[in-house]
Amino acid sequence: MTNDVILRVEDLQTHFFTRTGVVKAVDGISFELGRGETLGIVGESGSGKSMTAWSILGMVPHPGRIVGGTIDYLGENLLEKSRGEMREIRGSGICMVMQDPLTSLNPVFTVGDQLVETLKLEYEEPKRSLRRRAAELLANVRIPAPEDRLTNFPHQMSGGMRQRVVGAISIARAPNLLIADEPTTSLDATIQLQYLRLLKDIQEQTGAAIIFITHDFGIVARMCDRVAVMYAGRIVEQSDVEDMFDHPAHPYTEALLQSVPDLDTDVDTLPSIEGQPPSLDALPAGCSFAPRCPHAWERCQEYPDEFTVAPRHTSRCWRSE
Amino acid sequence: MWQFIGIRVLQGIFTLLVISLLVFLATRLTGDPALVLLPPEASSKADYERVRKQLGLDKSLPEQYIIFLRGAVKGDFGLSIRDRRPTRDLLLERLPATLQLALAGMALAVVIGVPLGILSAVKRDSIFDKGGKLFAVLGMAAPQFWVAIMLILLFGAILKLLPTYGREGPENFILPSFVLAWSIMAGIMRLGRSSMLEVLDSDYVRFARIKGLKDGMVVWKHALRNALIPILTFSGISLAGLLNGAIVVEQVFAWPGLGRLMLDGVLQRNFPVVQAAVMASAFFYILTALIVDILYVYADPRIRH
Repeated sequence: MTNDVILRVEDLQTHFFTRTGVVKAVDGISFELGRGETLGIVGESGSGKSMTAWSILGMVPHPGRIVGGTIDYLGENLLEKSRGEMREIRGSGICMVMQDPLTSLNPVFTVGDQLVETLKLEYEEPKRSLRRRAAELLANVRIPAPEDRLTNFPHQMSGGMRQRVVGAISIARAPNLLIADEPTTSLDATIQLQYLRLLKDIQEQTGAAIIFITHDFGIVARMCDRVAVMYAGRIVEQSDVEDMFDHPAHPYTEALLQSVPDLDTDVDTLPSIEGQPPSLDALPAGCSFAPRCPHAWERCQEYPDEFTVAPRHTSRCWRSE
Repeated sequence: MWQFIGIRVLQGIFTLLVISLLVFLATRLTGDPALVLLPPEASSKADYERVRKQLGLDKSLPEQYIIFLRGAVKGDFGLSIRDRRPTRDLLLERLPATLQLALAGMALAVVIGVPLGILSAVKRDSIFDKGGKLFAVLGMAAPQFWVAIMLILLFGAILKLLPTYGREGPENFILPSFVLAWSIMAGIMRLGRSSMLEVLDSDYVRFARIKGLKDGMVVWKHALRNALIPILTFSGISLAGLLNGAIVVEQVFAWPGLGRLMLDGVLQRNFPVVQAAVMASAFFYILTALIVDILYVYADPRIRH
């Protein structure tokens, strides 16, 4: 079983040291990811989802720093790696597709150039065979006439096409783990669907594990095996997907699930979660969700431990004690 | 592409026409050159009329303008009213000095300004960045005549290292080209730094790092190529300005260039020389702008298509 775990994050803490104080963007999260598995990380903006991704890639922006925990990738702690070693892992082992795939391509270089420079890191081959590989990759992500497309600049392609190119680049070095950060927020509905299908496709072709970072439970339901709900820098609930939908244990998850529109029932107003997520540099002493929680009681003055509510299902809420 | 160049050329010709009219009128408005030429004691009405006739000033303004234009098309701007030499010869004598100085200044500004700007962005907030900022602010704030005089004082009078006037050898270029270059260098550094910072924060640079490219590759290939686009525009405009002759610098360093020719022409109401110098400047300005536009198309493929 342990051989099948490609990523194990334990008690990861990524803090930002700003002039006004320490912002605990990621505050002690733990999760595991098996080979070929798909994990959804769900939460509102500012809950630490993206910072979790940048932490795994070793690209936490200034003034942030990973201050604690471990990130085991194939049994090695990434936090002990040098800059150079991390660079070797990026792209070949772990890759990420960012929020807006359309701005991820450099406007002044051709698509072929951007693919070939990536392939060059993986294969020591003459330019011609690298270009052949590049064309194959484009064909894999269903781009018609891939040979001709190599000479295109990004702006000569449609949005959907560019996404595919970004997809092709991200799998060029056959990574074991692909992170997709808010893969659909910037896209319109038809392209969203195409894109999700593309990512699923990529996963089937490469057998890569995927982490989906999203605030959309709809995507989680469609794409993921497991799901972790993040709130204020912590994972408040974690389980297999069906289990989470059928038996949410944390009040925050319940609220999130209620705010997903349901097409079968006719409602005038969608339920929303009262209040604002807390500011990360001024967290309440106890459970960070307590101020917005309809079930809050005295016990919530203290931060809840992680309770196992079912096999492979944990929740950080005193109700589950 | 050719259509684009064609349109630009036509626009350039139109601009030249407008400038020709402006400079023609301006030289006619600034006083009567016949009065400057004639010795005050021996100025009979007849002498005055004779001189005016000789200079072609007796004709009506539209006629004079047509004569000026007709000559200008052929590159003939008439005779200098001082020494009766063809203005074209004066121009050709002075042009190389200005071209050399302008190109030397520009090369210096680019060769030093671009790498310093990039490094300031990459090593943001380091001692290096702060030092570069000070150097740039000084370059932009200090007036050229003052910088020139201070450098002459330091390198010419005190250290006696460099010549401070004339244009005999390569060492003569050092001081004037640096004075010309400093403010442009400063502009390039600041612009380079800010556009580089912006580009370094872009998604495509982040993605280049995510795919595992080396930092050097990311900075010098992916980021630089994009950051250079605004620098190119700025450098082009600056170069065009330098080609107009740096009046102050040429004056201080006794540099026999276009700027001094123009200044002397204005002071002497030598209107053929002023007209010729202004038209030449305008021509080089427009030509440089055109070349920059074409380079721009090559630098940024988004414009090409």
